[in-house]
Amino acid sequence: MTLRDLTGEALAGVAARPSRLALTTLGTVLGIAALVATIGLGQTAAGQISDRFDAVAATRVTVEPGETDGPDGQVALTQLPWDAPARLERLAGVESAGTFATVDIGGDAVRGVPYGTQEQTVPVAAASAGLFEALGAQVSGGRFFDEGHDSRGDAVVVLGRYAADRLGINRVDSQPSIFIGDRAFTVIGILDAVDYRSELQDSVIMPMTTARDLYGLEAPEVLEVRTELGAAQLIGRQAPIAVDPNNPDLLDVSAPPRPGSLRDNVSADVNGLFLALGGLSLLVGGLGIANVTLLSVLERISEIGLRRAVGAGRVHVAGQFLVESGIVGFLGGLIGSTIGVLATVGVSVVRDWTPLLDIRLALVAPLLGGAIGLVAGAYPAWRASAVEPITALRSG
Amino acid sequence: MPPVVEMTGVGRAFPGPPRVEAVRDVDLTIAEGEYLSIIGPSGSGKSTLLHLLGLLDRPSRGTYRLDGVDVSTLTERRRTRVRGERIGFVFQAFHLLPHRSVLENVELAMIYLRVPRKERTARARATLERVGLGHRLDFDPITLSGGERQRVAIARALVAQPSLLLADEPTGNLDSGNAASVLDLFDELHADGLTLAVITHDDGVSARAQRRVRIVDGVMSDVAAAGVVA
Repeated sequence: MTLRDLTGEALAGVAARPSRLALTTLGTVLGIAALVATIGLGQTAAGQISDRFDAVAATRVTVEPGETDGPDGQVALTQLPWDAPARLERLAGVESAGTFATVDIGGDAVRGVPYGTQEQTVPVAAASAGLFEALGAQVSGGRFFDEGHDSRGDAVVVLGRYAADRLGINRVDSQPSIFIGDRAFTVIGILDAVDYRSELQDSVIMPMTTARDLYGLEAPEVLEVRTELGAAQLIGRQAPIAVDPNNPDLLDVSAPPRPGSLRDNVSADVNGLFLALGGLSLLVGGLGIANVTLLSVLERISEIGLRRAVGAGRVHVAGQFLVESGIVGFLGGLIGSTIGVLATVGVSVVRDWTPLLDIRLALVAPLLGGAIGLVAGAYPAWRASAVEPITALRSG
Repeated sequence: MPPVVEMTGVGRAFPGPPRVEAVRDVDLTIAEGEYLSIIGPSGSGKSTLLHLLGLLDRPSRGTYRLDGVDVSTLTERRRTRVRGERIGFVFQAFHLLPHRSVLENVELAMIYLRVPRKERTARARATLERVGLGHRLDFDPITLSGGERQRVAIARALVAQPSLLLADEPTGNLDSGNAASVLDLFDELHADGLTLAVITHDDGVSARAQRRVRIVDGVMSDVAAAGVVA
């Protein structure tokens, strides 16, 4: 028996019962459709997530002093220099840079005016003038301090909005003051919102130089950099050298991942879940094929007996049922693949997305269906090959 | 020229419990061109004898030579091949494949014998014309009458040019008119030189044969020569 004859007989066997064929393929159709649609939508959705990924996140670079084990077992420490923002702003691709530090006020209380209102425990932070722009900060009143305030070490502060609430200050046009311990500071602005470091909204913020002069701040804690779109990775590599040319390795730099790798990560997460669902439906589809093929073997006992009588060996009988279930699976995969692609395109149109689908998926899916059919047909085919022709031909 | 069938001391026992000796010590020779009928009531062992003759079953004892070749010791694979090439089966229930054309049903008997596609179609067509169904080639068997269906089955049994045509109650599902036309066809085939063995419980059917043997309780005996010879 040639392969062509085997395929011909199997095709005829499948085609002889069209309504059953439709029902049998249903499981595989659904499984493959679910698989293709979920992977397709996963890829599409991941593409959208990447495209729309917050431009702010993609432009943020932070530099912190790190510690490294030295060659002789000592821990090497490093500090951010005071002029780190100035060093960074010389780099092409940096829009703004600023330093941040928390300030130890040594147990002094923070009070609003009039003097004597209730003491508040409010965190105090220090910032360089560029920090506000680097964090995308906005004022609800007044202004941020600038390089001039910072370089002179002026006694001015900007209040975070919640700190302002607690200190009873809601306008700055009258130049209100607060007291930290016995020292008076002029409130020149109220910080309304920031993209990052939301702790600033709870804090009293003074210039770096002021904190250094009055409270002995040793060094900035963090350097925040805002880059131009797409320059973040480059700046991430250049920043440590600009900040500390002698020991760039001692600095911890965090820069956003390349957009490509970000997209891949998201795709992998989304697809993992979707693939599990598609795989489950395929398992059900395979069981459906196995079930119906087994039923078909029992129904076609006399056909099996006849084929054995006219010279078909066990292997021919097994081969026929195997190929039949393979064809059923392949057909299911073909239809399911089509539905999956259409579903991906349809959903994309409704959501106004750009459909993204790996062409290989649409080509491999029907083959996957065929493979599932073959696996599902293995047991029924074995049962068919074990049928004794005597038993098969006895019944009318 | 050896006889087509030569069975010597053939027995077939089914291990119990209870152990059943369906066929006991059968000596049977069918010469080429002979038309034999095997008659017996149901449960007599004639089905077992049919299975043994058709290589669907192996004897527990004795030897069976088909065309001079000892087939009782062949491997299962070889037996399947010999069965396809040398035995043509006609069943009471026809066993035609539904939803396949009459022509395809007849071609089926040559698929496993690796007859080339073109030759298959030509031979199937010729054989169907021989049994008088040249006008039914593309019909679905389920639309045919019982007599026509059995003719398709006979064409399928003949198309591989077997040494022996084995018919198991070939008229069991037919009315008397159709039965008579099938038996007439057997007579014609016999006249053309085909070797036939018809197994039946019906005296009228067996009476058409050239030679009759009876099997009762697994034991075979000759019946007096038939009165009617075609």
